[in-house]
Amino acid sequence: MKKILILGAGTAGTMMANHLSHELDAKEWQIQIIDENEEHHYQPGYLFLPFEIYAPEDIIKRIEEFIPNGVELIKGSIDVISPKTNEVIMADGRILNYDILIIATGAKIAPEEIAGMKGSEWQKSVFDFYTFEGALALRNKLREWQGGKLLVHITEMPIKCPVAPLEFAFLADSFFKHKNMRDKVEISFVTPLSGAFTKPKATAALDHLLDEKHIKIEADFAIESVDNDKKVIVDYGGREVAFDLLVTVPTNKGDELLARSGMGDDLNFVPTHKATLQSLEYENIFVLGDASNIPASKAGSVAHFEAEILTQNIKHYIKGEPLAEEFDGHANCFVETGDGKALLIDFNYTHEPVEGTFPFPGIGPLRLMKESRINHMGKLAFRWIYWNMLLKGTHIPFVSSHMEEAGKNFN
Amino acid sequence: MEKEIAGKMISVNNEGYLTNFSQWTKEVGEAIALENHIIMTPRHWEVIAYLQNEHKNNVALSIRKIGKSDVLDIKEFYALFPQGPLKTSTKIAGIPKPASCI
Repeated sequence: MKKILILGAGTAGTMMANHLSHELDAKEWQIQIIDENEEHHYQPGYLFLPFEIYAPEDIIKRIEEFIPNGVELIKGSIDVISPKTNEVIMADGRILNYDILIIATGAKIAPEEIAGMKGSEWQKSVFDFYTFEGALALRNKLREWQGGKLLVHITEMPIKCPVAPLEFAFLADSFFKHKNMRDKVEISFVTPLSGAFTKPKATAALDHLLDEKHIKIEADFAIESVDNDKKVIVDYGGREVAFDLLVTVPTNKGDELLARSGMGDDLNFVPTHKATLQSLEYENIFVLGDASNIPASKAGSVAHFEAEILTQNIKHYIKGEPLAEEFDGHANCFVETGDGKALLIDFNYTHEPVEGTFPFPGIGPLRLMKESRINHMGKLAFRWIYWNMLLKGTHIPFVSSHMEEAGKNFN
Repeated sequence: MEKEIAGKMISVNNEGYLTNFSQWTKEVGEAIALENHIIMTPRHWEVIAYLQNEHKNNVALSIRKIGKSDVLDIKEFYALFPQGPLKTSTKIAGIPKPASCI
């Protein structure tokens, strides 16, 4: 009996367990998946928690619910991967061997990377919303906050879901309007990029929305430190921006496990072939989702498209066939723009987000790069799709893992 | 498109980055620096040479990487090339704008 070991039962690992259990012969292959947590969190929901659009129970389920029969779930922490001997050593000393390893350990925030970020004001006036605890603490803060200067801040790229900070700023605008206190809140969006987003065409559209919602943008800001006494953030050029409430996205890093195992880059992301998803160093190791260093967005939709291609490649690898160089960096993200609207962007390694319709060329019903209510409904419906289809590896009808070029206005 | 820099016609993209490194000379670098209000010093040129070398070795440039190099720290990088140092310095160096942002 041969063994496939999946590290991490988050979005990527769970989808992979489901795909492989359908595709591989259970008499030949044993599939195991390891995770140290009890709960599976719908991470896109963290964005909605501070504004009480979602409650905690909407975004938490038990990991077991999504692991298919025939896949063994192992609970525990991993000490180290030993890729040369094809072994994973658990914190309790157990040794698990594998024929194929899939790393799906994700990305985490690392506020300690910036001096003063996790200082005396942490979770008092400095918050993150990329963790459940952070989003919940921020919800409690927003319930009582009387207004002032709100900074929505990105520390450095890459981050999970690069549109989430913008969505936070848009939803904050909408939230304070509904509380009749928008005039008491000054919102600024502080980013190390030169504009709202990483892709020029989407940036133009999003910069316009920021302006329309009276959200100031502080671009090209490379943070050096948070001054907890003066309540300012300082960049390497000496520029200071004052805050009463700082909502930051700290540096994102891969799991410490990869550093301990000597397998990560300077941010603990695993060097990975961007089209096959095979580790650049070990041919029987594959990397899925946020854990890799490929130049695609770190997002659930990306992991979903990757999982379909990786499943094929695992089958090729088992048969000794060449791997398909098929992953094109496809990402598809709803961007909440507040006031019950959203826009949708669809892009890959080579194509920027453009205007058009999705998923049916020329019909929609979703519209790319334009704010609409139906896009917002799409975003909310996505939670149901996530729990009921995405994690289970069910193919989402009409949405291809490659980016569709018809129905889009390139040029 | 083409742009006259230091008396020569140079191919650049719409953001002003050279598209053909073989057209780069120190004079071209100096002229781009001046456009960005930077007077080049020997220290500036050391950093430019380092960036060009990293690019030649296919190292993806980022502020974080430069901070961890032994060539200079981020503070000095900002002092030499104020505002967006990575964007300005790569333009002067005649190499592409780093695509570190996704």
